[in-house]
Amino acid sequence: MRTSIILQTATRFLQPLLLLFSFFLLLVGHNEPGGGFAGGLVAAAALILHALAYGVDSARRTLGVDPRTLIGAGLLVAASSGLGALAAGLPLLTGLWRGGLGTPLLFDAGVYLVVIGGTLLMVFSLMEE
Amino acid sequence: MLFLVASGFLLAPLAPVLHRRWPRRAGWLLSLLPFSLSAWLFLHARHLEEGARRWVYPWIPSLDVALSFRLDGLSFLFSLLIAIVGGFVVLYASGYLEGHEHLGRIYAWLLTFMASMLGLVLADNLIALFVFWELTSLSSYLLIGFYHEREAARAAALQALLVTGLGGLALLAGFVLMGRIGSSFELSALEPQAAALTSHPLYAAVLLLVLAGAFTKSAQFPFHFWLPDAMEAPAPVSAYLHAAAMVKAGVYLVARLTPTLGGTPLFLSLVAGTGALTMILGAWLAYRQAYLKRILAYSTVSALGALMLLLGLGTPAAVKAAIAVFFAHVLYKGALFLAAGNVEHGAGTGELRLLGGLARAMPLTAFAALAAAASMAGLPPSFGFIAKESLLAGALEVPPEAPWAAWIAVAASALLIAVSLLVSWRVFAGEAGKAAAGAHEASPAMLVGPVALGTSGFLLGLSPGLERLLEPAASVVTGAPVPMDLALWHGWNLPLALSGASLAAGLLLYAGRKQALAALGALDWGRFGPAVWYRATLKATLKLADVQTRLLQSGYLRGYLTIVVATVVGLLFFGGLRRAGWQLSAPAEDPGAVETLVVLVVLASVAAAVVSSSRLGAIAALGAAGYGIALIFLLAGAPDLAITQFVVESLVVVLFVFAFYRLPRFARLSSPASRLRDVAFAGAVGVLMSLLTLAAAGSSLHEPISNYFGEWAYLKAHGRNVVNVILVDFRALDTLGEITVIGIAALGVYALLGLRRTGGGA
Repeated sequence: MRTSIILQTATRFLQPLLLLFSFFLLLVGHNEPGGGFAGGLVAAAALILHALAYGVDSARRTLGVDPRTLIGAGLLVAASSGLGALAAGLPLLTGLWRGGLGTPLLFDAGVYLVVIGGTLLMVFSLMEE
Repeated sequence: MLFLVASGFLLAPLAPVLHRRWPRRAGWLLSLLPFSLSAWLFLHARHLEEGARRWVYPWIPSLDVALSFRLDGLSFLFSLLIAIVGGFVVLYASGYLEGHEHLGRIYAWLLTFMASMLGLVLADNLIALFVFWELTSLSSYLLIGFYHEREAARAAALQALLVTGLGGLALLAGFVLMGRIGSSFELSALEPQAAALTSHPLYAAVLLLVLAGAFTKSAQFPFHFWLPDAMEAPAPVSAYLHAAAMVKAGVYLVARLTPTLGGTPLFLSLVAGTGALTMILGAWLAYRQAYLKRILAYSTVSALGALMLLLGLGTPAAVKAAIAVFFAHVLYKGALFLAAGNVEHGAGTGELRLLGGLARAMPLTAFAALAAAASMAGLPPSFGFIAKESLLAGALEVPPEAPWAAWIAVAASALLIAVSLLVSWRVFAGEAGKAAAGAHEASPAMLVGPVALGTSGFLLGLSPGLERLLEPAASVVTGAPVPMDLALWHGWNLPLALSGASLAAGLLLYAGRKQALAALGALDWGRFGPAVWYRATLKATLKLADVQTRLLQSGYLRGYLTIVVATVVGLLFFGGLRRAGWQLSAPAEDPGAVETLVVLVVLASVAAAVVSSSRLGAIAALGAAGYGIALIFLLAGAPDLAITQFVVESLVVVLFVFAFYRLPRFARLSSPASRLRDVAFAGAVGVLMSLLTLAAAGSSLHEPISNYFGEWAYLKAHGRNVVNVILVDFRALDTLGEITVIGIAALGVYALLGLRRTGGGA
């Protein structure tokens, strides 16, 4: 694939911003617009941008882990975030809160990881075709 | 109690690990669990006289489903034998499959199976019982198909699973009906309602459904064919599944439900009739088999038929006999199956023609097999003798509806005596067969089980005090205490005379087997038998699946879309019309100037996408339409939806670009007719969705749930973003399902693209 220097330069500035923004979306999601779905999609978009500019291999290296691992890890995080409630004698996935932090945030982090992993697995596979 | 049932499930996953760690000692170690469970049960035996003990663990209280267990005479006897035989079988497997790479796996499955069986016989809740019932089907599927590289083993495993699985579905339906009629799923609560249940109009349906489950599991005619085919399993599995456990589950169920559903003419004719037919058919089929394990399999079918016959007759004498026959059968059949395994292992074949005179090479196996066969034939002083006397006594003391019972019992006994000679005398005594040359005795692990089971079956006839084990079980079935008198000598009476007559007839049948088979060999009913129906049904099902797959899964994206769209439009349009009529109402407020502008942009983009002559143009136009929709979300006050929509649209455009990158040049390939058809489909969807929106705006059947969520999101879930609170808290389980789908879909795409890359698949 031909590369464009404009895209590459823009990516260098946009990617960290997008990743930061995705993290922001995840964290504020419970009270402001955002959340794991939107955040995960933005993070995936950041890495897809990287893949467009520098190629999929470079994007995979930046990501550091296999997207499949992200899917598994996300599912594990989301599912296990509900186990605490079970231990406390409440129905599975009941939110537990202490101060401003609660298990729903952990659950949303799981969603975030699965969305990143799922999207990137599909897009990277297609791009490598 | 929960530990008793769960320990097998808990240990099972560890079994392969133990096996890897100590390959030689794992079998001995693992068999400690079943043996200690039986010891625990034994220690509880003295409580039996005080009546049943119950343990209840809540599971799904709202549906009256509990993990409740009941230890009474019946469940005690069954669970004790399941645990003891389980211990011997695990030990035996360690020798039989020594060095096999998947030995650890079979330990795990055997333990799972044992735990499921224990749960089944101890459960007091119908739903819990059903769950354990299905678990035995599943684990037996794995066990029968252990040699999974053999096609016959796979087919046999599938056959067993399908037959018992279908029966299981019927059983579930029967249980649900029982639960509805008696308004409880607890067996101990249903038993006092027996009169109401048996006089209920749905009684016949309940009975038929429950018996369908019991008969498939216990291989009663016409479902008997799966059991001999399941002999593809390794010998320890056959011994466990077919002597002690799996196939006895149906017998157990009938015994357990006798106080609740029994005592009616329908029960008598169905259970006793099927049992009698199975008993004589199984005995005859066993008599004519040529392979050791198949002979044993059919003789098991016959014994199961005898048990059903006795339980169906239901008189105290018959029930006593059923318990005695069950006990004797577990011991001698377990020993015989394991001995048959030793023969196959040591002599290399199970074909009767090649076997003979093996006693010299395999003295201990021969001893075990002969002792067990003596019990099977009912020779004194074995316990089998007592069991057969009580069987004949039970069959003689019949209600007037079943005068045939005694005749069938005598005929089947005679055939089984010939069969017991076939599997012992014929194999171990007499002239050396072809396979005797290289035969060798089995290892200690493989001898403990057969010798212990065989000798105990032989000697227990002499032991006093067995009544204390068997009487409580019989009392549970009859519902009243039944004294049992298990003596070898009852004086000269009719059962003894019949026993002697059947012995003489059996010897004749054994001596004249060649002539008898030659004379009757021409009658090959196998061509019309149920195994043929099974195969025909299976083939027809696969054919149907094939046809409908071809029809629906054409492989063309357009085909899929057509089917999906046509189905949705058809169902919604006619369903909506029939249900409510279309009551359309105009939106409450007129759209503002900004909204109008956005809608116009969306419309223009869509039109551009349709008429565009370049692919990139079409994609970009679609993206613009998507952004427009996102703007509408934003204007309508749904920023979360808008953000997601924006990102998704961008990603979709990127994906499209990559997919289209590889496609040939953009061209119109479809004919005007098909384009017209596409327009019709697209238009139908559009019209339908507009109608739906207008109809939905006007009708409010319930108060919208959004009010509830809005009210409680902050108070209960500490979140001001209602959408997010719904996703991660109120409906978190749904979200968990959705992200699982995302993961699976992504893996699917990955796998499909990988398949293309490697050139595999279609």
